[in-house]
Amino acid sequence: MIDLIAHLKTMLSAAGLSGFESPIRSILQEAWAPLTDELGVSKIGSLHGLKRGQGEPPRRRVLISAHMDAIGMMVTGIQDGLLRFTQVGGIDHRILPGQLVTVHGRQDLPGVVVQPSAHLLPGDAGDGPVEMKYLFVDVGLRPDAVDKSVRIGDTISFAQEPIELTGEALAGHTLDNRVSVAATTLCLAELQTRVHTWDVWAVASAQEEETLGGALTSPFDIRPDLAIVIDVCFAQGPGSSDWRSLPFGEGVGLGYGPNIHTALYDLFEQKAKALEIPYQRDLMPSMSGTDAMAVQVVAEGIPCMVLGIPLRYMHTPVETVSLKDIRRAGRLMAAVIADLAPDTLEKIQWEG
Amino acid sequence: MTKKIELSAGQVPEIGASQIELLEKLCNATGVSGDEHEVRQIVLEEIKLVADDVKVDALGNVLATRFGRGEQRVRVMLAAHMDEIGFMIVKKHEDALFEFVRVGGIDERQLPGKPVLVGREGLPGVIGAKPIHMTTAKERQNKIEQSALRIDLGPEIGEKVKPGDRATFATRFAITGPSIRAKALDDRLGVATLIELLKHVPAGIDLLAAFTVQEEVGLRGARVAAYAFDPDMAVAVDATPAYDLPHWDEDDENDRYNTRLDAGPAIYVMDRATIPDQRLVTWLQETAQDAGIPCQLRQPGGGGTDAGAIHKVRGGIPSVSVSVPIRYAHTAVNLARLDDWANTLRLLHTALGRITPDLLAVERRGR
Repeated sequence: MIDLIAHLKTMLSAAGLSGFESPIRSILQEAWAPLTDELGVSKIGSLHGLKRGQGEPPRRRVLISAHMDAIGMMVTGIQDGLLRFTQVGGIDHRILPGQLVTVHGRQDLPGVVVQPSAHLLPGDAGDGPVEMKYLFVDVGLRPDAVDKSVRIGDTISFAQEPIELTGEALAGHTLDNRVSVAATTLCLAELQTRVHTWDVWAVASAQEEETLGGALTSPFDIRPDLAIVIDVCFAQGPGSSDWRSLPFGEGVGLGYGPNIHTALYDLFEQKAKALEIPYQRDLMPSMSGTDAMAVQVVAEGIPCMVLGIPLRYMHTPVETVSLKDIRRAGRLMAAVIADLAPDTLEKIQWEG
Repeated sequence: MTKKIELSAGQVPEIGASQIELLEKLCNATGVSGDEHEVRQIVLEEIKLVADDVKVDALGNVLATRFGRGEQRVRVMLAAHMDEIGFMIVKKHEDALFEFVRVGGIDERQLPGKPVLVGREGLPGVIGAKPIHMTTAKERQNKIEQSALRIDLGPEIGEKVKPGDRATFATRFAITGPSIRAKALDDRLGVATLIELLKHVPAGIDLLAAFTVQEEVGLRGARVAAYAFDPDMAVAVDATPAYDLPHWDEDDENDRYNTRLDAGPAIYVMDRATIPDQRLVTWLQETAQDAGIPCQLRQPGGGGTDAGAIHKVRGGIPSVSVSVPIRYAHTAVNLARLDDWANTLRLLHTALGRITPDLLAVERRGR
């Protein structure tokens, strides 16, 4: 049995900004080693785990792609012991003042993002939201110590400790997308006790937040017949109430739109119905904003499904998720994968 | 005018592990103006064995007296406020989300994306923010209005939180290198300092320690505390902003820093609420100079301390303020230097030891 909260907290304690995934990858190598037959690392830094199917070779391959990289910041300059920075991944500068961070210098330094007072900024720059270029990180050290410990290009991670809320909700940074990695771990664990004929390739992909680099390259190495991309989706909450957001904690999002193969969607929906796993159709009329944008167009093209775990306050250090939805996603993926038969691929067809 | 005493290590209270531990406990406690309960409990517990007299007054101030020895003792009031800025829950909305308002002066730009603790039980919650993916570039040029924010304690919070409950930022105390990082350093630094001074009172004075309430909403506790104590003089011990970050244009000097970290305790010469008694300003400056304790003058300007209320009580009470400089006051994460706190404690202890009735024997005047 995987202790989901402990697994998540271990993952959240590890840094892993886009392009700098090795800390989180090491954690996952350890977590996935007992659940997979082979582990490898791609040239771009994605983690590939193979769990072989029990069918006769040559076996079909299904890919699960869950990006492991985190959003964060990078040091651009040092002024009187205070750090200037820019973003890695998309961050609303308005959520930054007062956030706890870790600066990955010569050693890890605890710091806080700070907003200088208006008189230190040009014109009216201090009146409204202060732009990222005017914010600092203060690591609480005197300037000479900072100069010795920090260099331009050092990465900065959010450091907010995860918080357990009521109703099996968890708040923290980088739940996008460690919750999907956790669901993948749960799926691999469940498959230990199930017969599945297809080979399962679990990929913790790199660089989703910046380049989709992992999602473009791992499927090329693996050449899967089908792909399941799992990421977070929007949950309803303050400022997030239109059709793009799903009710919180009330089921996995099943992506529906051009990044998703309709027949694969049907397969997931039927399985969710059959197992009475709560799900919600997650409308993606254009691009899904996930690894699927890349995976789908690798080589000659790969049929993709997108699963979404509803998340409130995306890209803030207090992203909030329901653990129930993580378990549901893991269970649904395992159930669909266990059902993949040697001839399933023939049913993943376009009409007409 | 003041008695010179020789300093010796044994006489001066130091900042060591137990003082830092006490400050940690005080900072992590919740005490939003009007609900200072948790901080008051800590204070009462700490001082019960050292104070000669302790009472909790009608507003919730803790008034502790420690009598000195000898004739003609000056009655010196020290005030540090127990309350902190924070929030009050005002309404429960759908989806178990709570509307809240600010108590005390908090910049609304400091709210999004922060963990909070709600109610007497300190239930964990978060103030979220709309995902950046759903905002427009134009929208991001405007502040996130507090009215758009909610406190989220999870879907099954039920009736455990209700309107009227207070909340604070959830930041936990930490020492990082030479610095203290915590919420509510304004004014738990002052509270911890007063507790230490109560434990090490110089003999020549009666120390009247007021741990006040409601400073952040109008200096209300200090007013009645000063009336009750009827002291000869008063010192407000607080924390004041250090706006000492560099100017964005490196060629431009930051000439409005208020105070600076690493420059020692900040002595007030004027703020929005008080024109301190020059006799007391001089007393503090001379003490610092004689004892070789670093200190700085707080740049005259805005802000105020409990002294703003105290100096106008009864027929008037000679008052001054001394603050520990802190960065990022009234936000989730304040930052101070251990050395500045230690020097504030040293300055006050040394200065209290030099007080004689002569200090106030001359009429108030400037230099």
